[in-house]
Amino acid sequence: MSASMTASAPAAGLASALEIRGLVKEYVAGKPVLRGVDLAVPAEGITAIIGPSGTGKSTLIRCINRLVEPTRGSIKLHGEELTGLSGRGLRLARRRIGMVFQEYNLVERLSVMENVLSGRLGYVPLWRAWLRKYPAADIERAFMLLDAVGLPEHATRRADALSGGQRQRVGIARALMQRPDILLADEPTSSLDPRTAVEVLELLTRLTAAEGVPVIINIHNVDLAKRYARRIVGMSGGSVIFDGPPEQLETHHLRAIYGGEDWM
Amino acid sequence: MNAIPAAKHDPVAPLRREWTRLTAAQRISRWLVWLVIVAAVAWAVRSIDIIPEFLEDAPEQMADLLVRMWPPDIAHYYPAVHDALIETLHIATLGTVFCFTLAVPLALMAARNICPIRPLNTLAQLGLVASRSVNSLVWALLFVAIFGPGAAAGVFAIAFRSVGFVGKLLSEALEETDHGPREALRAAGASWGGEMLKGVWPQVQPAFWGIALFRWDINVRESAVLGLVGAGGIGLVLDDAINFFQWERVATVLLAILAVVLLAEVIVTRIRARLL
Repeated sequence: MSASMTASAPAAGLASALEIRGLVKEYVAGKPVLRGVDLAVPAEGITAIIGPSGTGKSTLIRCINRLVEPTRGSIKLHGEELTGLSGRGLRLARRRIGMVFQEYNLVERLSVMENVLSGRLGYVPLWRAWLRKYPAADIERAFMLLDAVGLPEHATRRADALSGGQRQRVGIARALMQRPDILLADEPTSSLDPRTAVEVLELLTRLTAAEGVPVIINIHNVDLAKRYARRIVGMSGGSVIFDGPPEQLETHHLRAIYGGEDWM
Repeated sequence: MNAIPAAKHDPVAPLRREWTRLTAAQRISRWLVWLVIVAAVAWAVRSIDIIPEFLEDAPEQMADLLVRMWPPDIAHYYPAVHDALIETLHIATLGTVFCFTLAVPLALMAARNICPIRPLNTLAQLGLVASRSVNSLVWALLFVAIFGPGAAAGVFAIAFRSVGFVGKLLSEALEETDHGPREALRAAGASWGGEMLKGVWPQVQPAFWGIALFRWDINVRESAVLGLVGAGGIGLVLDDAINFFQWERVATVLLAILAVVLLAEVIVTRIRARLL
């Protein structure tokens, strides 16, 4: 939409952790899903991306850690360009970027502890992971994180024995295990009931604030986005059409983002 | 509850929607399938040339054989049959273990979600089909020609026949794995090896052990006949006994095989039930 909407955004003074410039993604040539996205993510707090399904929110997040290959544009994490990386360089960059998934993506048949420790796979040599000889410091941190997410007594249970909310807590612990510079959350609460969703978001906000990790979160629930995010990014049709603090998000913005108003 | 008289004009008839499970074309093609099956059976029966006289006295011959087999020559069991039986188990076990050294790489290559290079998928699948298309007796004949008669030929025959079976089931198990956990580990910066070890292996582990036990069970039965072509094991003893018309000994060997196969089946079923 208008340039004035996006211009209000960049959080004043704060150095940004992540800078995206002119990001384009075409799964099919000539049919862009992302049409030149510009976004600067501040070094702390939660940035929520809202928008209708199929508008490229998930693609945007996955371009950052290159689970999806961007077609054009630049993505810089603390000044380091991510788009050109491959092989070892890409793995070293990925381990600085934590990710939480809608379907948790835990390894169901492994214990909670092993799932959390697998967040260290980018750091630990393969033989150590194979023999389950993780460094003592990692195990210490894993226990600490399990305490922090409220699952200390579940360390030895298999992941498939947990409820949805518990699984997402393990997912958060696994992502923080990386000691990431930034955390991506792709619809982390969409598979949870409303109460559990709030609890998980509360936890995510608290832990990332304590560790000083900025978060980008894709979220369908506008009310939750406004409640927890410091900043809202509204997307529609593959472009950013709103970028600003939650207080500034008004009805006409939502109408522009989602289209129509019967749902409001 | 009276049926509507057929002759009476029904004003809503054109509005009624009719439902049939199959379209006319589907119905005809089903009939054609049945026709082909019947024709194939008729053709097969005509071509196998059953000699009515032989068919007629078959029950008599069978009874005669059973009488000659009774009582089984139990004294013959130790050591001749016993040693051959142990050798058979060794052939089955070594063959199964050895087959995995070939089947695992081929399965990884054949699974489309693990190996993204299409020509390699096809090549691996071709290898697996080739292994399966040759019967273990034929493999045994080949390896007897290479290694000479004995258990070594049997081990290789079992291994090469098993590769196709194990590789196919394993590659299917790999293709059925959930992509999510792998993606999560990749996002955490894990290498390909890390993804396989912590994302894929835990998912295929039950299938892997299930397939291994199942194949070992089959191989115990298969290795029992390999001796017929000189590839070691109890088949050799069976062949000798049949050639010399020592039917009491044949009975002993058959009973020994039956006992071992039953035992293997019981053990495998027990273990598999605990795997998941």
